[in-house]
Amino acid sequence: MKDLNYKQPRINPLAAERGKLIHTFGALAELGQEVSNRQGFHETIRTSLHLILGSLAIMRGGVARFSRFSHELNMVAGRGLGDNFPLSLALCYEDERQFLAAGLYPIENSQAKALPFFQVYDRSLEISRVELVLPLIMRGELLGAVFLGEKASGDRYTSHDKDVLCAMGRHIGVAIAQRNMLAELERKAEENHDLYENLKTTYKDTVRAFAAAIDRKDKYTEGHSVRVGKYAEAIASELGWNAEEIEGAAVAGYLHDVGKITVERKIINAPYRINAKESSELNKHPGVGFEILQPIHHPYADVPLAAKYHHERIDGRGYPDGLYDTDIPYIAKLVNVADSFDAMTTDRPYKRRRPANEVIDDMKRNAGKQFAPELVTAFFRGMLRELNGESPERRFRKLLGREYMETEGLSAMLQTTLNEMAPTSPLTYVSFD
Amino acid sequence: MSDPGYSGFFKEQGDTAIVHAGDYLNKLSGERIERECRERLKGGCREIVVDFSQTEIVNSIGVSILLGVIDSAAGTGARVVFSDLNQNTVELFEMLGITKHVEVR
Repeated sequence: MKDLNYKQPRINPLAAERGKLIHTFGALAELGQEVSNRQGFHETIRTSLHLILGSLAIMRGGVARFSRFSHELNMVAGRGLGDNFPLSLALCYEDERQFLAAGLYPIENSQAKALPFFQVYDRSLEISRVELVLPLIMRGELLGAVFLGEKASGDRYTSHDKDVLCAMGRHIGVAIAQRNMLAELERKAEENHDLYENLKTTYKDTVRAFAAAIDRKDKYTEGHSVRVGKYAEAIASELGWNAEEIEGAAVAGYLHDVGKITVERKIINAPYRINAKESSELNKHPGVGFEILQPIHHPYADVPLAAKYHHERIDGRGYPDGLYDTDIPYIAKLVNVADSFDAMTTDRPYKRRRPANEVIDDMKRNAGKQFAPELVTAFFRGMLRELNGESPERRFRKLLGREYMETEGLSAMLQTTLNEMAPTSPLTYVSFD
Repeated sequence: MSDPGYSGFFKEQGDTAIVHAGDYLNKLSGERIERECRERLKGGCREIVVDFSQTEIVNSIGVSILLGVIDSAAGTGARVVFSDLNQNTVELFEMLGITKHVEVR
């Protein structure tokens, strides 16, 4: 529609050609910049489509990305193609071959009727007035296609126009190739993540199976390793460790007695206090455990150390090496608390489980001698929080049994013990009365 | 005229919508102009006037968005008017054949 009063300016044909070139180069430069900018893929493609349509004043068009898996051209952006234009266009192998043969040069819809693609989508292309299909190719691989309608001028596409479209198609191809590469990387990363998770599950299952195997040797302490693992997990969680570290503490607990596999069953199951020779045999299990676990590549490095040093004491009276406080790996101190608590709260061949008040008192007295005090308090804190309903988990109830956890005055006892064990400063006791 | 924001680049007078192109036309955000024109055309608008008084240059994105407006208007039989274009823009639109589809004032 044109205003009859409007006087068309007289433009020198050479100046017009120069103006067109400047406009086209501007679009090409912007397109290059757009593709190298790291913004969203869809935004890049939408902008690219505008640039390609605007550079030659093309009335409508769309960009599709080729999927090697579904063998389809999936529309990423479109303008003016109408609501009925297919969102996915299937390609047969012959189409792909012909597209590749076109080699990033626009195919005229009117002259490509022999191709299956143009036969199948003839009606859609006609309704949407698509004149050209520009295959997007990079290193011999079909990446997508650009669909282009008629020019605003009504003129046919010249060879110069087609060269411009080729140059622009190259840029859009780069954008799609980058996206494909990123998608492939994401897929691989996801695959690796899944593999890693599977590996972790396998590792955990193996660890649990090992723990069960260890516990089977000793009918009185059946489930001991699993319980120590769970107590170790509770302490680590109370200390505010992260999920990986908590898992590591649990594994260290599960495997701390792995060395017992080589100790004779009759020594482990002895229904009496074992003699010095038997004791010496039994006391080898931390070193043996270390030797078993050391060659394994654990996701948690301290697991072998927990096995080796879980019988060490802060006061240096433990075994196998008689290490003092800071020389003992922290994980071994943690497992020591969990191990000792379980030993005191389960029936043994020569000893019945001890009542809660005795166990708490024993641990309090031995804090700073056998145990690291902060680990004892962390343990008690975890237990108390569960008793007070402040923890959603019912770990201790499951491990110790309901009756044991409902020992009269247990909560108050733990609270008092924690108050007594809490590090104090003189300021706490200053009175202003 | 102050720089029109997204909500402010339209002015309606009867069944005419006046669009202030500004610089928004030359960015992806200019798609909003095209979308809002489409909405107004659907709502019965018979004329879209694009005011270029604050537009120094129109790049390829701008051209594409304008073609979108022209295409939508053609679909409803509405008229598109370009007003206050500078000489460079007129020449560009002439070269690209856009002026065949619009009234230039």
